[in-house]
Amino acid sequence: MMDHVATIGRLGLLALREYGKAGLLLARVVFYPPNLRKGVPLVIQQIYAEGVLSLLIIIVSSLFIGMVVALQGYHTLAKFGASQELGPLVALSVTRELGPVVTAILFAGRAGSAVAAEIGLMKATEQLSSMEMMAVDPLKRVIAPRLWGGFISMPLLTLIFNAVAIYGSYLVGVKWLALDAGTFWSNMQSSVDFRLDVINGIYKSIVFGLVVIWIAVYQGYKSAPTSAGIASATTRAVVYSSLAVLSLDFVLTAMMIGEW
Amino acid sequence: MNNLVKIDKLCFQRDNRFIFNDVDIAIPSGKITAIMGPSGSGKTTLLRLIGGQLLPASGTVTVFDKQVHSLNRKQLYTLRKRMGMLFQSGGLFTHLNVFENVAFPLREHTKLTNAMIRSLVLMKLEMVGLRGARHLMPSELSGGMARRVALARAIALDPDLIMYDEPFSGQDPISMGVLVKLIRTLNDALGLTSVIVSHDVQETLSIADYVYIIGDGKLIGHGTARSISADISEQLKQFIHGLPDGPVPFHYPANKLQQDLIGEQPV
Repeated sequence: MMDHVATIGRLGLLALREYGKAGLLLARVVFYPPNLRKGVPLVIQQIYAEGVLSLLIIIVSSLFIGMVVALQGYHTLAKFGASQELGPLVALSVTRELGPVVTAILFAGRAGSAVAAEIGLMKATEQLSSMEMMAVDPLKRVIAPRLWGGFISMPLLTLIFNAVAIYGSYLVGVKWLALDAGTFWSNMQSSVDFRLDVINGIYKSIVFGLVVIWIAVYQGYKSAPTSAGIASATTRAVVYSSLAVLSLDFVLTAMMIGEW
Repeated sequence: MNNLVKIDKLCFQRDNRFIFNDVDIAIPSGKITAIMGPSGSGKTTLLRLIGGQLLPASGTVTVFDKQVHSLNRKQLYTLRKRMGMLFQSGGLFTHLNVFENVAFPLREHTKLTNAMIRSLVLMKLEMVGLRGARHLMPSELSGGMARRVALARAIALDPDLIMYDEPFSGQDPISMGVLVKLIRTLNDALGLTSVIVSHDVQETLSIADYVYIIGDGKLIGHGTARSISADISEQLKQFIHGLPDGPVPFHYPANKLQQDLIGEQPV
């Protein structure tokens, strides 16, 4: 019996130690920023690698998600004779929930996994060690640019997701199902509040972006320096960040709706 | 003769197992010192301790008259600029080509102009015979070439001390010969102090001025290459001549064979 209790305690301590290490990593990246001349080009390079290269998957997914939501919404709304409310339905679901959450999960799958694998590989092939021996801090040279790059990219990707998804629903609702374009846009405009809906969604995406990229760099940085280590770091980066995004989404929504 | 690196009463533990237990090593400046021992005897760990990447349980490591493990991060990084290290896998940056790999430490630590960096990099690459390969990516290099590029990068900042981690393992005879010659030439031409960690006995003994042999966390012998070859202690003889059985047993500890075969216990 006591053994079981001890095991639980040990696991708890291990988990806490992991959180502590991840926290220290984040603190060192945030409080010891690299100098501007060298840091800015590196961050821009990472915005390209994590943000621009994620664009394709984000645009294609958001287009289809917008189209599906419009199609489903139209048929349900039509039963109540409210099909002219399709614009608000789509815009609200996308800006408040689908935009930030789906972007974050896609971002974890595309950029988070890539970052974790890349850092894990650099560790396994002794690139990080040799950098340290050349008196270059890998936290500044490798980890920090990736973290900032992801942090900056995520909200921008979310905005693009929102815009494309709404355009997809416009294609289905107006061009295909022949809703009136004026009604579609003006109903949307009158029921979507910029601060409450759009900006709150962006706040969410900022939090998600930080969490996803933080988990990815940490998992890569602490991975075992072997091929198996890289594989499991990549998996863990995606699984943990998806879970974190979904549960944080509940907390953030509760805060925003409950006006904590 | 003054010592560039001094290791005093070093102890290092991993998972409650002593990797080093009370080890003293002195590395004279201007010479090639080899540290040899069987796989898993902690040779690479020793280099990482000298470079300050690991913390010892007790004892001190002094490099350039500074105690490595009492320095703060900034001082440690200043010290490391005077050390070069060649990793077993080379540790080349896979996203940069050969030229940029060698230029990396120069770009990070100096404010030299591009033209100056170009000249320096080409000179370093010329030393290792790979000036013509400067546009290749690390994935296009053979193992021996990758190690030579890593060597060029390790000497880019003109260090005083250079450490080689298993430079000969997994090399064909030609690149092995090239590396042996390079290590010797670089040491003498640039006035470096070299530390080689290896278990390739013949190649290492052929260039080392002084040899330390470690096993079971302790020093089991040291001396010049010649005196080590002639040593008659059982442990050294087994290692130097590659005998399959001896103080390091052929069999992993187990019950008697008969007992295992007849016994009814599973596994």
